[in-house]
Amino acid sequence: MNDWKSSSVVIRHEVGLHARPSVKLTKLAKTFASTIQISGSPEGPWIDAKSIVKVMAMKAKQDSTLYLRASGGDAASAVDALRGLVERDFDEDAAHAASG
Amino acid sequence: MRANDKVGIVIVSHSPDVARGTADMVRQMVGEDVPLGYCGGNPDGGLGTDVAKILKAIDEAWSEKGVAILVDLGGAETNSEMAVEMLDPERQGKVVICNAPIVEGAVMAATEAWGGASLEDVRRTAEELSPQ
Repeated sequence: MNDWKSSSVVIRHEVGLHARPSVKLTKLAKTFASTIQISGSPEGPWIDAKSIVKVMAMKAKQDSTLYLRASGGDAASAVDALRGLVERDFDEDAAHAASG
Repeated sequence: MRANDKVGIVIVSHSPDVARGTADMVRQMVGEDVPLGYCGGNPDGGLGTDVAKILKAIDEAWSEKGVAILVDLGGAETNSEMAVEMLDPERQGKVVICNAPIVEGAVMAATEAWGGASLEDVRRTAEELSPQ
């Protein structure tokens, strides 16, 4: 039923999808109208990328793969933007990451 | 006032340091766009909370979309309730006290508020953290 745009990206951030990265990912997801979901596995379970509580509860670790999918008018740019954020290590310096 | 399209967040702790530190976390993690007020300590500067300070913090964080208050222990909640009762009647209905841990709840609530969520959604997000 849903037409998903999908992608995946390896989390290189040294503390994984921790507090600050989670907030950044959630905030970015909220800027898109599409339904956006993330998972630690291609089979799911999928969680709402716009839910800060659920994203933080995922506790995705360094070197784990984050699967992204989106459905809606801006799905393709949403997936690209989120993958980009993870690839750029959440735009954080390594110095800040340790406390993140 | 700016940022009136986002629910405001108020942090009420017994400790001025906890209140300020929690506000710092919200500012650094979520940003400057969410209206924010905080207070801690009794009028003498010791541990405690103070209705007048809470009212001032609500004013600072005021948004027409509403204000969500995060509190720590007992007196923070009862004094916050008292402060809400002292607001103008039309403001009272736009202020909620969240049943959530103060630090985590403030960051989660602010993140949800940042995205333009309603007061009820902001409260629900903070309260998702509470023990089930």
